[in-house]
Amino acid sequence: MNKDKQLLPTYERPQYWRSLEELRGPGLVTERDSAAALADAAGLDRRELVKYLGVSFAMAGLTACTRQPTEKIVPYVRQPEEIIPGKPLFFATAMSLSGYATGLLVESHMGRPTKAEGNPLHPASLGATDAFSQAALYDLYDPDRSQSITFLDEIRAWPAFLSAIRVALEKARTKKGDGLHILTETVGSPTLGAQLLALLRDLPGARWHQWEPNNRDRVWAGAAAAFGQPVETILRVDRADVILSLDADFLACGPGHLRSVREFSARRRPRDRQKFNRLYAVESTPSVTGACADHRLPLRAWDVEAFARSVAGLVGAGSAAQAPSDFAKAVAEDLKSHRGKSLVIAGDDQPAPVQALAHAINAALGNVGQTLITTDPVPVRTESQIDSLRQLVGDMDKGLVDTLIILGGNPTFTAPADVPFAHALEKVGLRIHLGTHQDETSAHCHWHVPEAHFLESWSDARAFDGTASIVQPLIAPLYRGKTPHEILAALSDQPERTSHEIVRDYWRDKLSGDFESAWRQALHDGVIAGTAFSPKALAVWKSAPPSNASAATPETAAGSLEIRFRPDPTIYDGRFANNGWLQELPKPISKLTWDNAVMLAPQTAKRLALTNEDVVKLEYRGRSIEAPVWIQPGHVEDAATLHFGYGRTRAGQLGTRIGSNANALRTADAPAGDRGLQITKTGRTYSLATTQQHDVMEGRALVRSATLEEFERQPKFAHEIVEEPESDLTMYSSFPRQEYAWAMAIDLNACTGCNACVVACQAENNIPFVGKDQVSRGRAMHWLRVDRYYSGSPDNPTTHHQPLPCMQCENAPCELVCPVGATVHSAEGLNDMVYNRCVGTRYCGNNCPYKVRHFNFYHYSTKFRAPSMRMLANPDVTVRWRGVMEKCTYCVQRINEAKITAEKQDRRVRDGEIVTACQQACPAEAIVFGDLADSESRVVRRKASPTNYSLLGELGTRPRTTYLAEVGNPNPALAAAESKRS
Amino acid sequence: MSDRRESRYVPVIQPGHTFASVTDKISSIVLSRRTPRFWVVGFGIGFALTLGMLYAIGVLFFRGIGVWGVNQPVGWGFAIVNFVWWIGIGHAGTLISAILLLLRQEWRTSINRFAEAMTLFAVAQAGLYPILHLGRPWLAYWLLPYPNTMALWPQWRSPLVWDVFAVSTYATVSLLFWYVGLIPDLATLRDRARKKTAQIIYGMLAMGWRGSAMHWHRYEMAYLLLAGIATPLVVSVHTVVSFDFTIGIIPGWHSTIFPPYFVAGAIYGGFAMVLTIAIPLRSLYHLEDFVTLRHLRNMAKILLATGLIVGYGYMIEIFMSWYSGSPYEKYMTWNRMTGPYWPAFWGLMLCNIVTPQFLWFRAIRSSPLGLWIIALIVNVGMWLERFVIVVTSLHRDFLPSSWGMYFPTKFDWMTYVGTIGFFVALFFLFIRFLPMISIFEMRTLVPEAELAPADAERKEQ
Amino acid sequence: MAQIFHRSTNTISRVSIFGAVFLVALLGWLFYTLEASPYTTQQNVAREQPVQFSHAHHVGAIGIDCRYCHTSVERAAFAGIPPVKTCMNCHSQIWLQSSFLAPVRDAYRDDRSIEWVRVHDLPDFVYFDHSIHINKGIGCESCHGRVDEMPLVWQASRLQMGWCLECHRHPEKFIRPKSEVFTMGWAPPEGINREAYGLALMKAYNLRDRSVLESCSTCHR
Repeated sequence: MNKDKQLLPTYERPQYWRSLEELRGPGLVTERDSAAALADAAGLDRRELVKYLGVSFAMAGLTACTRQPTEKIVPYVRQPEEIIPGKPLFFATAMSLSGYATGLLVESHMGRPTKAEGNPLHPASLGATDAFSQAALYDLYDPDRSQSITFLDEIRAWPAFLSAIRVALEKARTKKGDGLHILTETVGSPTLGAQLLALLRDLPGARWHQWEPNNRDRVWAGAAAAFGQPVETILRVDRADVILSLDADFLACGPGHLRSVREFSARRRPRDRQKFNRLYAVESTPSVTGACADHRLPLRAWDVEAFARSVAGLVGAGSAAQAPSDFAKAVAEDLKSHRGKSLVIAGDDQPAPVQALAHAINAALGNVGQTLITTDPVPVRTESQIDSLRQLVGDMDKGLVDTLIILGGNPTFTAPADVPFAHALEKVGLRIHLGTHQDETSAHCHWHVPEAHFLESWSDARAFDGTASIVQPLIAPLYRGKTPHEILAALSDQPERTSHEIVRDYWRDKLSGDFESAWRQALHDGVIAGTAFSPKALAVWKSAPPSNASAATPETAAGSLEIRFRPDPTIYDGRFANNGWLQELPKPISKLTWDNAVMLAPQTAKRLALTNEDVVKLEYRGRSIEAPVWIQPGHVEDAATLHFGYGRTRAGQLGTRIGSNANALRTADAPAGDRGLQITKTGRTYSLATTQQHDVMEGRALVRSATLEEFERQPKFAHEIVEEPESDLTMYSSFPRQEYAWAMAIDLNACTGCNACVVACQAENNIPFVGKDQVSRGRAMHWLRVDRYYSGSPDNPTTHHQPLPCMQCENAPCELVCPVGATVHSAEGLNDMVYNRCVGTRYCGNNCPYKVRHFNFYHYSTKFRAPSMRMLANPDVTVRWRGVMEKCTYCVQRINEAKITAEKQDRRVRDGEIVTACQQACPAEAIVFGDLADSESRVVRRKASPTNYSLLGELGTRPRTTYLAEVGNPNPALAAAESKRS
Repeated sequence: MSDRRESRYVPVIQPGHTFASVTDKISSIVLSRRTPRFWVVGFGIGFALTLGMLYAIGVLFFRGIGVWGVNQPVGWGFAIVNFVWWIGIGHAGTLISAILLLLRQEWRTSINRFAEAMTLFAVAQAGLYPILHLGRPWLAYWLLPYPNTMALWPQWRSPLVWDVFAVSTYATVSLLFWYVGLIPDLATLRDRARKKTAQIIYGMLAMGWRGSAMHWHRYEMAYLLLAGIATPLVVSVHTVVSFDFTIGIIPGWHSTIFPPYFVAGAIYGGFAMVLTIAIPLRSLYHLEDFVTLRHLRNMAKILLATGLIVGYGYMIEIFMSWYSGSPYEKYMTWNRMTGPYWPAFWGLMLCNIVTPQFLWFRAIRSSPLGLWIIALIVNVGMWLERFVIVVTSLHRDFLPSSWGMYFPTKFDWMTYVGTIGFFVALFFLFIRFLPMISIFEMRTLVPEAELAPADAERKEQ
Repeated sequence: MAQIFHRSTNTISRVSIFGAVFLVALLGWLFYTLEASPYTTQQNVAREQPVQFSHAHHVGAIGIDCRYCHTSVERAAFAGIPPVKTCMNCHSQIWLQSSFLAPVRDAYRDDRSIEWVRVHDLPDFVYFDHSIHINKGIGCESCHGRVDEMPLVWQASRLQMGWCLECHRHPEKFIRPKSEVFTMGWAPPEGINREAYGLALMKAYNLRDRSVLESCSTCHR
């Protein structure tokens, strides 16, 4: 039986609901229906899935006497109403990360989720997604997910687990719960919170701990210091004219960052100068936010507090500090001249004093209540997670813990180096781990229970502003996974309640009006109306808190560096380590894949005589690890950054033992790092795979940028930089315009380089990932890549991002040279790529000036994908075979779908009816796709902008994809040398 | 030797030869003599390398093009470099046979036979690569226009389609030309062969040649016609091959100078290869009487002339990249000279421009060893030229973000060296089983064939 | 010296030399014919099905509309194969004892699907959409033939790209009034010019320009 599970994980008792009836019903369909579902999964599903069995490519090639293999059609016994075979359904749900939710609409093909989109009704999404939520589907089908309940690595049944946990519970009861500890990650789910609190009420002696490495302890502490209580601070970027980021990457991560990006870039349209905002970024590690800033000041994290203090002094929050820098003065002036319309943001991992200082400055500027809203915290509890973990480890060490239930998370891996979690864990009598994978933690536990993926679960979650969403499953648990709700239910007096019942019961008396209809509405919308927290008016004292920072750290040896620990931009805290899409996703700034590295400033590297890929020994507070060096332009000097999340030892086939483990250096008292790092060269080297080997534009006008002043002097500057040839300067007659003329415009001013579009494209178009070796050979497959260029001095360069899909040239060099006509111009201006006609001369790839064509050097579509991943494939897109060229076609499957729908209704396709995957994901609305023939369409309006230009237009390729140039808003008061875009 | 080197006049065949002696000497290599040891060794090496190539090809077909070093942006690597290299080599043969025939250059007679053979075998090697380098080689036939159930034709604007026709036509005509030229000699072999099997095989190939006046008449006519047909092909093939690049938009490819200097380069490389083969051959088989210094000197002169043309081509290319004013063109040249692949560029200049200058000296033109070394260097140079054109143009084109490097893998090398081995093996088979020098044409050179000594004198001027 | 060859060799050699040319041509012809032959396309090959379902009876004799079973043909790419329920709508009333229907009854009772053999099977890189063809006046018959005369369904057309293009290049030859899409054996009105008639319909249903219908991405993605 278990063998079968291994072989056919995805078909193991698949249970799809068929209608909202059943959604509202038990959530799982009855055995009787599931048989039909099984047939349907094996049959009709296969009918679609077979599309990517590339074999037919080869066969199609050898046209001589190739017969189609005999296929079966397996219809339902009773066909559910709303399912039309081949037509996808969308269901609203939400994904939470570190306790904060992002609303999603998930596409389901015949009961199998294939693509996640943002939920426009959800405040934290507004229809956009980030890379994590795009890649969530990969995790669902990850072949390495744990597939059965185990006790000491032996497979057990759920009842067996139940009885075991009941025994432990009875034992705990006799001691009023003493010895029963529960460890969770940050809990944002109201239902789960209620369950936990109920348990604690029931068993006063029991303890609930929270821990995750990327926690918000310092934020709560700072808020408490400033406002007297830990409150959620909501950024209203849309109201801010001037923004100062104190080492805050608020455009790339953190609660509501998607919304912040939307609001930020909405105010950077050069057309209306009044609304154009200005961003100052003070940071140690180059970040997405820093890349967007008009002025960026590299500063060691350690020195940020001093800087904040001097700004605070200058704006009248607290005593004026000793000689402030020009930068500080300029910023302060700018802030003061925008009272109530400015915003100071402190980074989550800046110590509490800096947080408090930021609040104080905001208060002094009258921003609180304007650009900064305070509400109740979203997480159920905001106590210091590090203390909570310390306390747990202490108790475990003293042998006070009989039973530890770990609900999600991977503390053995993520615990700070000086908190011996794994060691202490051994002293616990009964250890239970609920997790999606058999990971480092489950290795130390007696029981392991497979956790249901959120797409398999009933639950709920809150957005950054408190808005609650019901998390509804898209598919029945593939491996009978359990949710935390069900584990906690097992500890209650109704052990057999399903999470569906639990969640419903929690909301039963909280939804207004008739419950059933309200519930159905909530499921449909993906948000529960009116659950957002109301703003709290709080008195905040306006003077800066005294510094306690210097006391916090021991004085360190001279010549030592500051080390900075940050969550990894693509695999977060390590939970996505086994996610092929995210592993291969280039890090937004460094463009590294499949590894982390010690980031150093060029000067620092020079001083230490280090170059890229040198392996160095990092010594910090008596511990040491080794890691390769990556020289990161713009990194602050005398400091190093190491992202945590890598170095997993039990992640799965992909994520195990790659990168170096920063958690082995992190300490509890300074989780974000501190001074005192010693770097020594080992003499060995380690190769890193990057998707971009050349960082400067070589004086070519690729990304074109100007300041607002320059723009006003010369609005068409982007055009006038290079001269484009007349459109009739071609031997070949241009293609006659048909009813539609598809085109795209990308606003470089809006793009933050967050990479969400890249993963979205990968998910939509069945793009394989190819592995580190192939990436380093220059064979990455991303149809849409985000180029990153530096300009200015390497010590503090300007960073430019440029998303590069296929340009769909009207005079396409690739079409000219294909000997078999596998890439030809469609009547609507698409540069069609016909995979099944391609013989693989790679001539088109050579002749493409933009190098946006990607070749299947191996059979990537299967080489790097386990069978279980077949469920992930988008049935509307062919999966490419070995030896075939592939590229972006503006999501032609979506275009065709919309066209067919429109034609059946005898009308034109409406503007905005077709949304490409990249456009849909983009939080900044940087990408607009549409029809040139429709003079009212957004894309036409955008291309009318004076800053619109075509990349390499001088070659006469006449690309359909054009760019809107960058326009910055530097502070004239600051020295031109510091000024960003000049 | 020494005195002969001084003398200005060297005959195309050493005095003292008669019809009989000529026929004996050449045919005996094929018929009577035992297989010499160097033949066994040479063929053995060639064959071993061929097996290596077959292995590499097997891996390639089984695992995919990824076993080669090609990538984005360098989609073409060794495969195309070698393709162009071999095609170039495959030019001298037909040029010598056809054009020199039409120009009545008698000295060609003793070298045209194996020069043509070399052409055939070189083209055969070249022909492998376009198929091997396909992502899905089993679909290569889609490049041919043939009625099919998909109602599709090739895309005629693509130079690769032109290639198919140019190369296949060239191969066919060269083969016919070579074979027709062989017929009278095959008959000779048939008549002199003792073994029955040899008689039958040569007999079939000789197609019943009897040497009647009518036969000779028809033969001359056919041979002349074929020469006429083959001549334009010599020019057309490499012109078309150069289109593969000139049609492209990539800096370093997009250049109108390519067609002429590709042809010149082809002849240049071709003659270098003829020398590379002729010089060892004449000493191994003691054919100094037939392949005399005269031949070597003439070929050296051609080498020098074409070398200068090629050099001119390079200079124009560099000048144009500056004159065009295009930043991409400029960077391309600069990148060739100073970029990561600078050794290839300067090596090319050394081999193809500096080396042939030695041929200004008669002393060197008259020293077989010197010539042989120069010829080898030129062969290397021509290969480097193609490497520079293909790889250094591609690896850094328009968007710096997509720049990359190309490193050949062991399978690239095995395939390349393998084709050289294959070529050698084929050539050894040829010299063992067919007359490597045209017997009957040589006979026209011996005094018996002369009308009067005076004519011989006149011909030399 | 004795002759090596018999004089007949002359003839043989001549024949073989000239014959070679024809041989090549012949091979080419064979290749094409085989490729387009029912052996490859399985055209006109009736397929065994788990249930001896006769379209001839249900469509021809009784006259049930195509859409009664193929419900999604107007809405989706996939025409839809009826669930067992659909069969039972009638056969819970009539032919209760028929042994032919045993598999259907069993399937319904055991709630197990019937596994039909796919007759019209396009390669997986071809994205054919039934609904748009139906809505633009292409009759079932045009591709599926006289289903009403098929006891067991067979594939009536080649279903090869060349065949698709015949219509995508000249829809006027095949288009019919929307009202007649589901009719079997429909013929254009007497004495009317088919081409002109078709062109008129194309205009009425505003079919896309030929260049659009021919674009690769219309069928391949």
